[in-house]
Amino acid sequence: MKYTAQDFKSNQEVRWCPGCGDHAVLAALQRALPSVSETLDLPKEKFVVVSGIGCSSRLPYYMDTFGFHGIHGRATALSTGLKVARPELCVWQACGDGDALAIGGNHFIHAIRRNVDLNIILFNNQIYGLTKGQYSPTSKFGAITKTSPYGTVENPFTPGQLVIGARGTFFARGLDVDMKTNQEIFLAAALHKGTSVCEMLTNCMIFNDGAHAAISAREVRADRTITLRDGEKMVFGANGDKGIVLENGALKAVTIGADGYTMDDILVHHADTRDTFMHSMLIDMKDDLPVALGVIRNVEDSTYDQNVEKQLQEVTAAAKIHSVDELLHSGSTWEVK
Amino acid sequence: MNHKVIDAKDVVIRFAGDSGDGMQLTGTLFADASALYGNEISTFPDYPAEIRAPQGTVSGVSGFQVHFGSEGVNTPGDFCDVLVAMNPAALKANAKWAKSTATIIVDVDSFTEALLQKAGFKTDDPVTELHIEDRNIIWAPITTLTKESLADSGLDAKSILRSKNMFTLGMCFYLFNRPLEYTYEYLEKKFGKKKPQLVAPNKKVLFDGFNYAANIQAIANTYTVAAANLPKGTYRNINGNQAVAWGLIAAAEKAGLQLFCGSYPITPATAILEELALHKNLNVKTMQAEDEIAGICTAIGAAYGGALAVTSTSGPGLSLKSEAMGLAVITELPLVIVDVQRSGPSTGIPTKTEQTDLAQALYGRNGECPVCIVAAHSPSNCFDAAFNAAKLALEHMMPVILLSEGFLGNGSEPWRIPSMKDYPAIKPPVINSCEGAFKPFERDPKTFVRSWAIPGKAGLEHRVGGLEKNPAGTISSDPENHAYMVAQRAAKVAALADFIPELKVEGEQQGDLLLVGWGGTFGHLYTAAKQLQAEGRKVSLAHFDYINPLPKNTAEVFKRFRKIMVCELNSGQFADWLRARLPEFKYLQYNKVQGQPFIVTEVVEAAKAVL
Repeated sequence: MKYTAQDFKSNQEVRWCPGCGDHAVLAALQRALPSVSETLDLPKEKFVVVSGIGCSSRLPYYMDTFGFHGIHGRATALSTGLKVARPELCVWQACGDGDALAIGGNHFIHAIRRNVDLNIILFNNQIYGLTKGQYSPTSKFGAITKTSPYGTVENPFTPGQLVIGARGTFFARGLDVDMKTNQEIFLAAALHKGTSVCEMLTNCMIFNDGAHAAISAREVRADRTITLRDGEKMVFGANGDKGIVLENGALKAVTIGADGYTMDDILVHHADTRDTFMHSMLIDMKDDLPVALGVIRNVEDSTYDQNVEKQLQEVTAAAKIHSVDELLHSGSTWEVK
Repeated sequence: MNHKVIDAKDVVIRFAGDSGDGMQLTGTLFADASALYGNEISTFPDYPAEIRAPQGTVSGVSGFQVHFGSEGVNTPGDFCDVLVAMNPAALKANAKWAKSTATIIVDVDSFTEALLQKAGFKTDDPVTELHIEDRNIIWAPITTLTKESLADSGLDAKSILRSKNMFTLGMCFYLFNRPLEYTYEYLEKKFGKKKPQLVAPNKKVLFDGFNYAANIQAIANTYTVAAANLPKGTYRNINGNQAVAWGLIAAAEKAGLQLFCGSYPITPATAILEELALHKNLNVKTMQAEDEIAGICTAIGAAYGGALAVTSTSGPGLSLKSEAMGLAVITELPLVIVDVQRSGPSTGIPTKTEQTDLAQALYGRNGECPVCIVAAHSPSNCFDAAFNAAKLALEHMMPVILLSEGFLGNGSEPWRIPSMKDYPAIKPPVINSCEGAFKPFERDPKTFVRSWAIPGKAGLEHRVGGLEKNPAGTISSDPENHAYMVAQRAAKVAALADFIPELKVEGEQQGDLLLVGWGGTFGHLYTAAKQLQAEGRKVSLAHFDYINPLPKNTAEVFKRFRKIMVCELNSGQFADWLRARLPEFKYLQYNKVQGQPFIVTEVVEAAKAVL
């Protein structure tokens, strides 16, 4: 069966603020799922969207799929249980930076460590929106918010580094406004077996407007970001004349044709390299380096849900006991006559 | 000394030693042998929270009590007829549990000045200090004799020393005229394949212990305890945690569902997760989650996916699961939450038993959030209690809390193995298709139960979640709708009264005093009621297996007694619940919050005091 984006839209009114970055992410997801369905040969009823609490966690209501709006921080635990019980389902998860990285940080890293086959969309607007503007674990040092009127005095997480630290197998980053790349990211996430973390840099118009403007604004985006594609040169810039090189053990942005740099010097992106060294550096790029977008890491590994299933099958095949009656009579028993 | 063989109806033996002395194993082997011999048995381990508490100290003493007999064995027993004390600390900690007529076996080799001091004795005369001069104390050089017995065994010194519990067990087998064969079989099974070199030495030291006891003149009396007159059938020993796990597996099999357990290790509930993890061959998936919250949330996710979902925990874990329980209530998903209660608050005394989580189970969630509460009343009853809890959860689409207790979870008793064909079918309200859009919170008008639409079924796509919804499943903050949904969820729990058994009265159906209990105190209260009845008192027992809702005939039963006394191992939580539900009665209370089970005599005395 062929679907269109329309098939994944529910009849519920979307209640995010006008101009919120979440609208574009939702649209990109709804546009990506028909290709996911076609590529994986999965009918719509096999899709489930799970979420936690926060603005972005309203997403399941807007999808015409099975959906579960959970409690704050626990989306990852809910979706893990669902996927382990029903490995054949295609499980998506919507969660925010506060939801997944503060109250739900523990579940987040453990799902990644286990490599549960989930597609996690991490909406990162660097603020608590639904509670009206408090700082989050991704707010920049010094961020002025309602609970940090004099600026925060704590460092933020880099979500991608948590993924790397938790032995993650898939990490991608997208800008809310870049719907085309985000559709590619979601398709790649769905095809990847294991925990796919898709960080979406979203804008909160109301409480943290312009949080990502320094890289997302139309006039700077091409120079301040780089969209990585597996097997392709790391080239960026409005004129396509900039690239990334490795020099003295660190990454450096250069202009091709200047200072003696040629296209041959520019790195090729390998998302499937198991070693985390390059991926970690790409995730960290900022300031003088463009922020990396696209699929940064995509490596193969066995998944928790499949391993659980496999073990169950193996134990069952080898077992002598196949019913509760047999279980009750196993071990030491005695007769009273 | 004249040797006497005493015929005893029932006997209590208590094994006590350092927590590394292997007393739990010794007690278990003794209990197994008695069960195989045909006795009724009931056991209770009493051990410290530390795995290896400071050696030789009173806080490091580990005990295991076995009550066995031909009839009337409903509890692990209060005071013991035989006490085994492997060191001075064990004697000090347990002397108070020895009857005045008790035989006490001690390892005299451990009664050194250093160990006496460690145990806190002020003199080198522990007998006088403990005022147990009149007990029959057998000073056996157990350590020396074990060393001698195994001198040529080829075992290293440490392994030899570790075998002294088998020597002691051999002595006890002599004392009760028990055959050694059952334990021989155990040793062959346990070590035969992996460590065959341990089989012969262990058998030898057991045998030598038996012969030593037979040869010394110090043992005046031995006992014969006849086999019990039990109903015909095949029996096995089972402890409460194992029974919970098996009852849940049985329910999943009856329902034709996968069993999913998301849990986090916590004393004294861990063995449930361990047991379930063993039985993947029966379509069981277990997850040791990263924390208690993930335990319940993975289970809720699995429930949404169509599994029989379970999470097991103890009091502190139940606290952590509170918010998620509310999610299960509002999403109306089936879930069994097993709470093996322990002493609290906070970490409390983790290895000691209590019934202090009842109020938390009843009220411990935000919002109006009623759940069904089932309580198990004996180790083997944990099987039926878990089965019934799962049946109610699945057929009524709701979370059910199953209250067990450390006393039940770790206690064991023989169990006549039932046949699964005698258990009812479990039919969850699974829906396969519907006309138009599926409305998740439309319900059966009588039971208030909604349908279960499981992901994967075309046309049933719907959303559930923690936000209040209308019956169609749309988010709603409409005041009337909220009031309606709150009432519907409460009515669904109340309607369970039509699906649970009526309250039974043990003893005369009317009288002067009704003892009321719930959960793991059944054996003690039942024995107390029987004793009082034997003395001609008009005392009966009503024991609750269902706490929310209460059985329909509760008021009708209460009416027939002049006085009601609610007995529980807390400060009156069930009494308060009854006062709220049935305020027309006056409730006397008998409470104990010491981390210990009741003692039958104290219940009997309390009852007499109000008669």
